[in-house]
This record gives sequence, C-alpha cells and structure tokens, in this order.
Amino acid sequence: MALINPKKREVQVKIVYYGPGRGGKTTNLEYINRKFKKRILNEMVTVKTYGDRTLFFDFLPFDMGEIKGHSIKIQLYTVPGQVKYNATRRLVLRGVDGIVFVADSMDLRREMNIRSLQNLKENLESFNKNINNIPLVMQYNKRDLSEEGIPILPIETLQKDMNSQLNAPYFQASAITGENVTATMKKIIALTVSSLRKKLE
Amino acid sequence: MDFTIDFTKEQIEAIENVLEEELIELGVQSVILMDLAGNVIVNLDSGGTSHDVFSLAALAAGNYGAVSAMANIIGEQEFSLLFHKGEEESIHFSKVVDDLLLLTIFNKNVSLGFLRLKVAEAIKRIQLLV
Repeated sequence: MALINPKKREVQVKIVYYGPGRGGKTTNLEYINRKFKKRILNEMVTVKTYGDRTLFFDFLPFDMGEIKGHSIKIQLYTVPGQVKYNATRRLVLRGVDGIVFVADSMDLRREMNIRSLQNLKENLESFNKNINNIPLVMQYNKRDLSEEGIPILPIETLQKDMNSQLNAPYFQASAITGENVTATMKKIIALTVSSLRKKLE
Repeated sequence: MDFTIDFTKEQIEAIENVLEEELIELGVQSVILMDLAGNVIVNLDSGGTSHDVFSLAALAAGNYGAVSAMANIIGEQEFSLLFHKGEEESIHFSKVVDDLLLLTIFNKNVSLGFLRLKVAEAIKRIQLLV
C-alpha cells in the first residue's frame, strides 16, 4: 500500500510497469521523462547492462499535486522483463499500488505476453495480493509496427489472451512515438489514486 | 503480507527526534528511514546537502534485496548491515525491523566506529516506537 506521511501530509504511490522483455516498458518511462521534464525534478534512475537491457529497474519520481490536502508523489518503476530476472521483478513489486502491463503486439511475442502475465499473477500471489484487486491498465504496445509491414496481433486476439478475465482498461500504444503513453499513465494514476481516497479521508 | 507500515504523526515526530539526537548531532549529512518498498518514511539532513532521497531509497531497497539474495547463497538469512565507502561521502545501511532500513550518509569527519555505535543506539530507540 501507498505510504502516507501524516506529518508532511504526503503520499508516496508506487506504480510498476510490468511485461515481457523488450516490450517497451523503459521506453514508456523515457517518453514520460522527456514529455514532463519540467515537472520532474529528479533524474530518471536506470540500471542497465551493456546490451541496453534493464538489469535492475528504472525509476522515475514526480509530484502530481494535491488530493484531499495531501501532496501526491508518484513513483514509476519498470521491472526487468527477461525471464531469468524474476527475483528482481519480485523485489520491485514489493508494496506496489498500481500496475501497467505492457504487452508486445508483435505476432512473435504472443506466448511471451501470456507467460509474463502468468508470472505477474504468481509474483503478486507470493505477496498475498490478487491481480483482480489491484489497479491495472493494459497497454498493447508497438501498434506502429504494422505500418512497417511487421505482423502484429489484432486487438481482439490480445484482448482475448490478456484481458478476457481481468477486464482492465486498455490502450493501443506506441511507446516509441509516444502514442497513448500519457493516456496509459493518466489512467493508472487515476485508478490508483481513487483506490487510495478512502484511506485519505 | 503487505510491507508498508502506517505511521502516526506522533510516531514520525518521535522518530525524527531520535535521529536528530543520535545522528544529525553527531555530524552526519543525511539520514533516511525507509521501507523495503523504497518509500521514504523520515528524512533529515544537516542542511548542507540536497540528495535525491527518493531515488536513493528506491535503489537502496533494490540493493538490500540483492545483497540479501547473496546472503542466502552463502547460507545466511541476510546481511543486516551494509557499508559503502566513497572518497568523500559514505553510506551506511542498517536494518531496523523486518521492513525498515536506516540509511546514513556521512563524510570523513565522522568515524565509522562511532557512527555504528550511534546507529545501533538509534535503532534500539526506534524499535520501541514502531
């Protein structure tokens, strides 16, 4: 749960971008960092390996203004998507308040998306959390690839694979061009903050 | 199991007093009480620094998790104390209770031995408050 500091009247909200490797989680954060540069006081923290893959996580904090007299500090994290880094993914999920699942629209990645979502469910369960009870937004990334002739999954297929039971709000996005990146972020912040409202009263 | 502990205003003030008396007065630059989700619970500094405490806490939580995994490999439950030494500034991490870490940033003017004693003292007092 979000950390509430009653003295400073400040709330720290943790939002994690989850999904398969090379799906565009870091690209989402990089776009947000560029677009909202003026509102983001601190540098984006990123721990990468040589191949430019996320090793540990990316971290981007920013202030969102006030709700019910509390200043809201949003902290965006990504997890490393590669299968072998599950211990790190679990670590980053600790205390999570909201999740964006970034699915890769490429035909080839269909199986990877499904496996990563299953992995998210299992990791949440290890913290006694249920994916159905946590604010969640689906993002179907890389929609721009169809213009380059790369086969991508139709939205209906993605919805059936990923979202038929969860029924989470979803966006078709392109993290690289920025399409719907902000919309995704706004949606998850709105869902997460509204789930906290009760606690702030 | 959720990892965030709820604190009252009074608890936070009492913890701030402990940290002020035990550590800031000793001359440490900055002290952060944080949880393992990377949240900053209390942050005090001596006035001369402006570290990005939120990023520090996020990385410290990750670091602590990574080092705990190393501890498991050699048959330890965890390493409850970590120390990173720099040219000018150093960082000392210590576990307070299960989900809380105390991070102290200090320079060459503070001796490590004395700092460790004071950190242990502060932790004892904080354990009674949480």
